[in-house]
Amino acid sequence: MAETAGPILLEAKGVAKRFGALQVLSGVNFTMSQGEAVGIVGPNGAGKTTFLSVLSGAHAASEGRIAFFGKDITAIPAMQRCHMGLVRTHQVPRPFSGMTVFENVHVAAVHNGGRGREAAYQATLEALDLCGMLAIANRQADTIGLLDRKRLELARALAADPKLLLLDEIGGGLTESEAEELVQTISKLTARGISVIWIEHIVHVLLKIARRLICMDAGRIIADGDPQAVMSHPEVVKAYLGGSPE
Amino acid sequence: MTTTNLTSFRIERWTTASVVAVCLCVAAIVALAIAPAVLGAGAVDRLTALFIYIVLAAMWNALAGYGGLVSIGQQLFFGLGAYFTIRIANLGVDPFIAMAFGAIVTTVIAYPVGRFMLKLKGGEFAIGMWVLAELAHLLVNLDTLIQGETGTSLISLNAYDIGLRRNLIYWLALATMAGLLSALFFLLRSRTGAAIQAIRDSEEAAASLGVDAIRTKRLIFVIAAGGIAAAGALWLASAISFQPKTYFSVQWTAYMIFMVLVGGIGKFEGAILGAILFFLIETWFAAAGVWYLIGLGAVALIFSLVLPKGLWGYFADRTGLRLLPVGYVVRE
Ligand SMILES: Nc1ncnc2c1ncn2[C@@H]1O[C@H](COP(=O)(O)OP(=O)(O)OP(=O)(O)O)[C@@H](O)[C@H]1O
Ligand SMILES: [Mg+2]
Repeated sequence: MAETAGPILLEAKGVAKRFGALQVLSGVNFTMSQGEAVGIVGPNGAGKTTFLSVLSGAHAASEGRIAFFGKDITAIPAMQRCHMGLVRTHQVPRPFSGMTVFENVHVAAVHNGGRGREAAYQATLEALDLCGMLAIANRQADTIGLLDRKRLELARALAADPKLLLLDEIGGGLTESEAEELVQTISKLTARGISVIWIEHIVHVLLKIARRLICMDAGRIIADGDPQAVMSHPEVVKAYLGGSPE
Repeated sequence: MTTTNLTSFRIERWTTASVVAVCLCVAAIVALAIAPAVLGAGAVDRLTALFIYIVLAAMWNALAGYGGLVSIGQQLFFGLGAYFTIRIANLGVDPFIAMAFGAIVTTVIAYPVGRFMLKLKGGEFAIGMWVLAELAHLLVNLDTLIQGETGTSLISLNAYDIGLRRNLIYWLALATMAGLLSALFFLLRSRTGAAIQAIRDSEEAAASLGVDAIRTKRLIFVIAAGGIAAAGALWLASAISFQPKTYFSVQWTAYMIFMVLVGGIGKFEGAILGAILFFLIETWFAAAGVWYLIGLGAVALIFSLVLPKGLWGYFADRTGLRLLPVGYVVRE
């Protein structure tokens, strides 16, 4: 367990998730403080995305409790968790394909933060700018490529006014310079005080942001703490045998 | 990453073309309102039918095109709107007031129906609505007032002079159409309208961004039901006779689908254009009987294969023209 700096932001206790007979998460305990940036790694199928979905409310936990800002949110629907500032992106982008890029982000801006019309426009433009999407703001979302769809996931989440941003593999498939831009963007967010949980297979990119790393395998957290220590942890090395973290 | 000066951007919602279009729509409605002074009885009746078609198309488009809730049972509300009008008029209420109440009662009923039916997804919802319409049809047949499939009439309308009655129904249909279209237009342009479309494209993503998907779907369901119920009451007033199997026929939904697909699904202008086209085809070819129906089917098929976005969708893509825009355009 890493030493916690600020007050506790998120706490998951004994979280389990089953899909029918398939046990995807079991006994996950996780605590993070405000302002922290935590990276999550782990082999394919480890349950990383599912953990994020349980945190965001897209899936209900089968067991366990989740608290956010000290409030038990285990039974609260995704929509309200978003209003509280717990906002996720999707590993497989889910754009609103019948709407433009601007309209996609605007949906998030008008449904959070109690913004008026002008404030919502401003928040939308800012999120688009931060993600480098202003130039394609008027494009129909079903005509943009995969990388832009991932950027759109991030832009929408930003417009939703996050306190804790849950990022799911938004950096996959990026070139070195694109990855560097993404890191810059995320560090701007952490500088604003937004906390981050970031799932990413490209560890060296992740470590430019995350001071703390978690490794999941087979539905459990097998290591948690200082990134170097986690990556050399024997269980982590074993989990990655056959696969590789890079 | 550079931060651009965002003040140089503005969000455009109205275009010159759309302001002109709205002015033309208002002018057209004013012209239509005084038209009975110069039109013959037959033309007034036909235009009344056109207004009802536009309402039906706009409502199905709102539900399916914007909300993604494809239903093939919207005749449920058409039939109930007419049925409750008959029922309420039978209490001795003025038939025109009964029409309003018929639509309102149906709208109220639509709320619990929506709560239940919206638990179903995709095809189950579509078919489930049809099943429900059949069920309502059978229940209405049990009402002794209706006399089974023989049906009954809104006889109290006979208290009105035939010419005055025709014009009153015409104006009522025109006002209903204008009122519902403007309400829908402003709803779709609002925050709720954006939510409706977001849910259509990905309910999970919408919910994860703070959209209240359940409430929003119920709202659009109830609005579509209420509009179609008003159309049913108006149809009853102009046809006078009520036979359950005519009103609860799936043919009504088939017409709605035809109008929306041909005009352009998910486009505000599309539904209106589709209704006008349907009206013209019906006016010119209905006498051809079975061939008319076969022709309708063929047209729908050709459109879905060749112009899947409908006439307006094709035209708008080509020209970039937006007459009744519900979206947003960023300008620098
Ligand atoms: N909705 C679902 N229904 C059934 N099984 C699911 C569902 N979602 C995920 N799973 C299963 O749960 C397991 C964990 O999936 P998850 O997507 O959480 O893994 P992950 O760690 O994110 O993997 P990756 O690195 O490939 O994204 C997998 O075996 C997956 O098939
Ligand atoms: Mg995943």
